Amino acid sequence: MGSRWSPYDNNGGTCVAIAGSDYCVIAADTRMSTGYSILTRDYSKICKLADKAVMASSGFQADVRALQKNLAAKHLAYQHQHNKQMSCPAMAHLLSNTLYYKRFFPYYSFNVLGGLDNEGKGCVFTYDAVGSYERVGYSTQGSGSSLIMPVLDNQLKSPSPLLLPAKDAVTPLSESDAVDLVKDVFASATERDIYTGDAVEIVVINAKGIRRESIDLRKD
Amino acid sequence: MRYPYVTGTSVIGIKYKDGILLAADMGGSYGSTLRYKSVERIKAIGKHSLLGASGEISDFQEILRYLDELILYDNMWDDDNSLGPKEVHNYLNRIMYNRRNKFNPLWNTLVLGGVKNGKKYLGMVSMIGVHFEDDHVATGFGNHLARPILRDEWREDLSFEEAVKLLEKCMCVCLLRDRSSINKFQIAKITEEGVTISQPYALKTNWELSAFKNPSKGAEGTW
Amino acid sequence: MSSIGTGYDLSVTTFSPDGRVFQIEYAAKAVDNSGTVIGIKCKDGIVMGVEKLVASKMMLAGSNRRIHSVHRHSGMAVAGLAADGRQIVARAKSEATSYERVYGEPIPVKELADRVASYVHLCTLYWWLRPFGCGVIIGGYDRDGPQLYMVEPSGIFMYFGTAIGKGRQAAKTEIEKLKLSELSCREGVIEVAKIIYGLHDEAKDKAFELEMSWVCEESNRQHQKVPDDLLEAAKAAAKAALEEMDAD
Repeated sequence: MGSRWSPYDNNGGTCVAIAGSDYCVIAADTRMSTGYSILTRDYSKICKLADKAVMASSGFQADVRALQKNLAAKHLAYQHQHNKQMSCPAMAHLLSNTLYYKRFFPYYSFNVLGGLDNEGKGCVFTYDAVGSYERVGYSTQGSGSSLIMPVLDNQLKSPSPLLLPAKDAVTPLSESDAVDLVKDVFASATERDIYTGDAVEIVVINAKGIRRESIDLRKD
Repeated sequence: MRYPYVTGTSVIGIKYKDGILLAADMGGSYGSTLRYKSVERIKAIGKHSLLGASGEISDFQEILRYLDELILYDNMWDDDNSLGPKEVHNYLNRIMYNRRNKFNPLWNTLVLGGVKNGKKYLGMVSMIGVHFEDDHVATGFGNHLARPILRDEWREDLSFEEAVKLLEKCMCVCLLRDRSSINKFQIAKITEEGVTISQPYALKTNWELSAFKNPSKGAEGTW
Repeated sequence: MSSIGTGYDLSVTTFSPDGRVFQIEYAAKAVDNSGTVIGIKCKDGIVMGVEKLVASKMMLAGSNRRIHSVHRHSGMAVAGLAADGRQIVARAKSEATSYERVYGEPIPVKELADRVASYVHLCTLYWWLRPFGCGVIIGGYDRDGPQLYMVEPSGIFMYFGTAIGKGRQAAKTEIEKLKLSELSCREGVIEVAKIIYGLHDEAKDKAFELEMSWVCEESNRQHQKVPDDLLEAAKAAAKAALEEMDAD
C-alpha cells in the first residue's frame, strides 16, 4: 500500500459570509471533491442552526456533518431549557466551544457563521478548525478563500480594527449589491480553484426571515 | 493500523424510472492476485434496500451481520413499520464514521440504493464517513471510469432495459481499464415491488479494436 | 397459608422448615391473577393467544403487547407483570442474537428456553433480587420442528399445549379435548380464540382484547402476529360459538 491511512480527507469547497446593517448573506458552493475527483455536484454546505444563525462549512465532509448534528442536538436541548431560539452570538460561542472540545482530534472543518445579532444587525463570525473565532463584517473560508478574501477586502473596505473608538464592522453595501458581489466572487474563484464550482447556494437572512437562492457555476 | 487483505473493486449504482440498479463484479483480490471469483458484493437489506460494497470483503460481511441484526430487531416490533434506505444509509454512516474515530476503520466504500413509499434513494458512504446522495454513484475506479459516461448518458426516465445497457457499458469500460475487475457480474434491481439480484453473468468483450491489436507497435525500444 | 407471620416468607434465600420457598409461591400468585395465556402445538406449528385485560378504555387497541418476538423463528407470551415480562423478553432477545452471532444459525428453541429458564431461576437465588412476577410461554420453530415451552419462577418448564393465568385450569381442560396432532395452525387459531372467549366471564372480568401470534409454514416459519383477517374471523367464530352455547 502507498501512504499511511488517514482519518481525514479534504472535500474542498468555499464559503463566504457578508454582514450588512440589517441583513446577512451566507454562501457556499455545492461541489464535493476528493483529490482530483468530484464526488457530487449538488451537496449543500450550508446549515440552518437557528432562526437567526446559519453556518457554512468546508473541509472534511464527515466531520462537518458530525459538527452540524452535534450543534443541532445542542440547540434542541437549548430550546427545551430556555424555550427560545439561540441568538447568533450565542451560537457563535457554542460553535467555538464545540470545536475546541475536540482540540486534540479536531473537526477538520472551516466555518463561517452568519446571522442577525440581538439588535437585528447583520453579524459574521469566522473560525479556524480548533475554535478560535472573531466577529467580523465579512469573511470567507475554505479552498477558494485565498482568492476571494482580497477581493472582499478591496470591495467592502471595512473600517480598520485598529481605529479607536472601534467602528462597526458591517458593510455599507445594500443587500442586493452584497448578493451580486457574492455571485461575482464565486464565479471568479471557480475559474482558478478546482475545488470550487458547480453551483453556489446563497442564503440571505433579514428581518423578514431566511431566503435561499442558487446560481450555476462552471462545472469543469 | 490495519490494511485490507481481500478486496473487491468498483460498485456502480444508478437511479432509473422504476427504482435503483446496482452492478458489481464478483472478484476478490488478494493484493494483485485474483483470489476469489464468486464473491457476492451486492446484498438486499430488509425489504427496501440494496447494499453494494467495494473494499475489504471480510469487513463487508461484518457489516452485513450488523445489518441483519438491525433488521431483525426492527422486524421483531411487528408493527408494520420498517427501516427504509434513508435510515439504513444513516446507520451505515454512523458505523463507518464511528470506526474511523477509533482509528480502526471498516475498509469499504458502500453504495446504498433503495425505494420506499415511491421515493428512490441512492447514496454512498466511504470508510472515513464521507457520505452523500446522487442520481448515479460509483466507487473507486468506477468514479473515474464510469461516472463520466453516466454524466453524459444518464437520464431520470431511463427504462429498465436502457439502464441495464448503460450499466453494462460502464462495467465493460471498467473491465478494460481496471486491472482487478473480472468478467463475472451481478446486476441487482430494487423497485417498489422488491429486490432481484441477477445470476452471475459475463459481458461480451471485443479485443479486436486496433489499439489492442499490436500494443507495442510504434513504441520505440519495445518488441 | 400457615406460614404467614413465621418470617420464612420474607426472603428468597431462606427455606421454610418444611422445605418451601414462599417468595416463589407468591410470585406464582401474580401469574395466577393475570389474564389467561394459551400456547398450543399444532401439527404444523405453534399458536399462542392472550386474553389481554384492558386496564383502561383510553388504551390504544393493539398497544401494551403481551406477545413479543424473540428472534425470527420464536416468540414469547407473557402472563403476570408485563414489566417483568419485558425484562425476560429483552434477555431472551439478547441470548438469541448472541447465539446466532457465535454459531451463525438461529438458536434452537430448546436452547432458548433453557437459557431463559436459567435467567428466571437466577433471580430466585439472591437476597437482593426478587423473583419475576410472571410466567412465559415460548413458542418457536427450528430444525426439530415446532416446539413449545413454559418458564415460571418455580423453574419448571415443559411443552405440548399449555395455559397460564386466571383461566388456566379451564383452558387446559379445553386444550386436552383438541386433537392437536391433526389440527392445523389456521384451525388452531380459531380454537384458541374460542377457548379464550369461552373462559372469559363478561359479567365478572374486565374487558379484554384478544392478542394472537403464530409460527408455522403459513408464516414462513417466522414468529408473527396472526394476520388481521384471520384474527377477525377467529373472533367472529368464537363469538358465534358462545351465542350457540347460550342458546342451548
